[in-house]
Formats: sequence, C-alpha cells, structure tokens
Amino acid sequence: MRRWNWPLWTGLLLSIAAFVSYFTVFSRWPITRDVPWFSALVFVIAIALLIKGVRRANRKILAGIVAALGVAIFAVFGFFTMVLAKQLPSASNAPRVGQKAPGFTLPDSNGRSVSLSQLQTNSQRGVLLIFYRGYW
Amino acid sequence: MGVTPVAISVDEPQVSENLRKKAGYTFLFLSDPNTETIRRYDLLHKGAGQHGHDIARPAEFLVDRSGTVRWVNLTEDLRVRARPVQMLEAAKTTLP
Repeated sequence: MRRWNWPLWTGLLLSIAAFVSYFTVFSRWPITRDVPWFSALVFVIAIALLIKGVRRANRKILAGIVAALGVAIFAVFGFFTMVLAKQLPSASNAPRVGQKAPGFTLPDSNGRSVSLSQLQTNSQRGVLLIFYRGYW
Repeated sequence: MGVTPVAISVDEPQVSENLRKKAGYTFLFLSDPNTETIRRYDLLHKGAGQHGHDIARPAEFLVDRSGTVRWVNLTEDLRVRARPVQMLEAAKTTLP
C-alpha cells in the first residue's frame, strides 16, 4: 500500500496559505506587513516540507511538480513584496520641508468643496495630508 | 494634537463616503478624480490603478497653519506607510 505523502501536500497547502494570508490578514498590521517576516517563516516551513515530501515520494515526477508549484508561489510572493511594491514614481518634485504646500480646492465625501487654506485656518496647529492609492 | 488629518485619493466622493462609513473614520476624505492636485504634488502613479487608471502614490505631508510643509514622508515601498506614532511624533516635534 502506498503511504500518503503528508509532508508534500502539507507543504503545498502551507505555501498557498502563506500567500493568501499575507494579503487577507497580515497586511493589516505594519508589524507583519512592512517586513513580511511571519509569512516568510511560513514559506520556509512549507519549502522544508516540500523537500521532505519529494525525498520520500515514490512518484518523483508528480512530487517534483507539486514542490515546484509551492516554490513558485513563494517566488511570486517575493517578487511582489521585494520588487513590484517598490516600483513607485520618485516624486522628486513633491513639496519639501520649508516650501509652501500647493493650494487646492477639492470635494469631500459629501460633495462639499474644501480648500487647503480653509483647513489651515480651521486647524489648531496644522493639517496632515495623507495621499493614498484609493479603491479607484 | 490639534492636527487636522485629511485623506486624498482619486476615489469619487461616494466611494470615499462608503469607505469612511464602513471603517468608521471620522476625518475628512477629499476626492481628486482628475488628479489635478495629485499632479501638483508630483505624486501621480500613472496607470497603477484598476483598468490602467492613474492614481496617487502613497505620501504624507504635515503642513503648518501658514501653509508651510513641516514634514514629508515619501515611501519607497507601497506596503510601507507612515505609522500613526510617526505622524504624531512629527506633529509634536515639527509644528510650532
């Protein structure tokens, strides 16, 4: 009877879980998002299991394909977090410390017009402008 | 702290209002769908949105009451944003 190759399949499952959980869960908190150490740790365990699984497999080709899939998921994760996420425009002409912040008038979420000068006047100490990517 | 936080993106007012309600945010959300202000701050990220829409790259500016920039955070990684403690610290140390 062929024994069930649990390290191989657990490894693949963990690799998928590490990938999905980073985007759905761990990207919520800076401590696990900025440096994805927890996800990387799960990937390391996943790959160790995949290697173990390939070693004990009777059907090496199938095991090799499953292991390659697990490693590929890790590679995509690495590419996104280490390469793609850093492809930002330089913003070299963004206002610097000491310069005047360019004025603007924009609608708020209720459609009312709001200007930067208005915000300055109404604030006690200053205005924190947070530009974000949005949901488009 | 006496600092007014304002979030700016290309999202239409209705989209921001839904986000604001869902997440329970009480601060102001401003809409810049034609990226006029985003471009004036040199923060345009061309084609980075859904269906190749132009959007803003993440950035934070602390502006004092006279309109002078006192602190800037331009991340080099879209996963890494200014943390609330960083912004509070900046407000404490750079604003008059």
